[in-house]
Amino acid sequence: MSELLRIDDLSIRFGGVQAVDHVTLSIAKGELLGLIGPNGAGKTTLLSLITGIFKPDTGRVILANEDISGLSTHARVRHGIALTHQIVRPFSSLTVLENVVLAAGLDRNRMALGAMFQVSRVKEEKSADALLERLGLGEYKNAYPRILPLGLLKRLEVARALALNAKLLLFDEPLAGLNQKETNELADTIRELNRDGLTVILVEHNLGQVLRIASRLVVLDGGCVIADGNPGSVMDNASVRSAYLGNPKEENAGT
Amino acid sequence: MGYEITLLTVIATNILLAISLNLITGFCGQVSLGHAAFYGIGAYTYALLAVKSVSFPLALIAGGIMAGVLGTAVGLLSLRVRHDFLAITTMGVGFLFLGFVRKQEWLGAELGVSNIPASGLGDVAFMFLTVILAVLTIGLCVHIKRSWMGLTFNAVADDEDTARTVGINVMRYKLAAFGIGTFIAGIAGGLYACFTRIIVPDAFDFPTSIMILAMVVIGGIGSNWGVLLAAVILTLMPELFRFVNDFKLLIFGALLVVVMRFSPGGLSGIVRAAWQKVVLR
Repeated sequence: MSELLRIDDLSIRFGGVQAVDHVTLSIAKGELLGLIGPNGAGKTTLLSLITGIFKPDTGRVILANEDISGLSTHARVRHGIALTHQIVRPFSSLTVLENVVLAAGLDRNRMALGAMFQVSRVKEEKSADALLERLGLGEYKNAYPRILPLGLLKRLEVARALALNAKLLLFDEPLAGLNQKETNELADTIRELNRDGLTVILVEHNLGQVLRIASRLVVLDGGCVIADGNPGSVMDNASVRSAYLGNPKEENAGT
Repeated sequence: MGYEITLLTVIATNILLAISLNLITGFCGQVSLGHAAFYGIGAYTYALLAVKSVSFPLALIAGGIMAGVLGTAVGLLSLRVRHDFLAITTMGVGFLFLGFVRKQEWLGAELGVSNIPASGLGDVAFMFLTVILAVLTIGLCVHIKRSWMGLTFNAVADDEDTARTVGINVMRYKLAAFGIGTFIAGIAGGLYACFTRIIVPDAFDFPTSIMILAMVVIGGIGSNWGVLLAAVILTLMPELFRFVNDFKLLIFGALLVVVMRFSPGGLSGIVRAAWQKVVLR
């Protein structure tokens, strides 16, 4: 499989904390990569570096053989990277449909003054309608996000990200806060999207779901990659077990 | 008849000011407490050009452009500071403008500019021109709200960080809002200078900025029709009730507090809530 994204020696430090420490990764087209690690491992920070929300101290981000390190977030999105947020962030003054239409209108709202002369939303509403139906939000399309429960808002995040027609979709803890049924459904949807050809990086604490749907697992701890490979072998890795469960020898020594 | 013409001209000018601030603050979510400065920039530009015999339309447009260019420059500040910090910064811009104008001999310093030539249109035609410009501006804002620019402004006003993650170049939208809004305020300033034929710095002071903001807030932030209605009511109130004129700042301030406390959606919010009650009944 050909390479879609390459992260080359990315690092960032916040004060005394090395949040991401010289991370190098390559993600192939069509992969569903599970990015896991204990709290504070640097997973969300790594996604923020890929999307340009944070500027790295070192390193480069290369998407489809193009160095996008110097681009701002909105420009990276226009190059094909989309992100769903860990804490849902719908546009509260827009309806569910408008939230998705806005994302589907990348060509319409590129230039501010040009957008003033664009009124038709027919094409974007059609594609937004289809996405909302696919994600089970069709009946809520005219509702405002503030009245929707978390499970539906998580799906709205996904619908909005999909409307961007991205090559690479970054999910930041999409399953957090969902009940078991919602968790299974959304995880299945992510797997379906991946099977349809979308490349996915999934940051998630729900290891069971990640192991169920991911084709490859990368484990971060202290900002460093400590394991990378197929899910089965990675979970057998002693460093990974230590990162998640602690080191029994050290614990015994301390008691 | 002369009084009614004057009143209509003043109402139309205030509508221009309120609608233009609504574009910046209501549509795009960028709070500005210094809108009177751009009103003043338009007025002074018009006055200086008109006394040098530049034609009325050219001087008027030049006032709008000057205000729009400087407004866009101020809009650059909104890329670095947000929310209450932006409000304080724009308030500073207003004071900066006043402090500058008051000390410049070539701008007439404290005495301002007088003997500004009339437009040559006559009072009635000038009133009609001002009203037509106000109607066109309302039409423009109604159109913007329906367009992709309006949809994107909503997203920027809601959450600009999230707007970036759906591919929106937030900088361009903020600068467009400041550029268009302050251009219209500059046009309003030119009309005011031409109408009164004398301008002094105090006409563009902080209370004027607050008066414009009061029209936007009381009308309903972001609502074209609410802001239009508030601009008409708040201009008429001091004219119809003399005591209101004597306590204008006090009453406008009290109205602002009451609206923010009991109906943050302003007049348009009250109408919308009443309509929903009727529909649901």
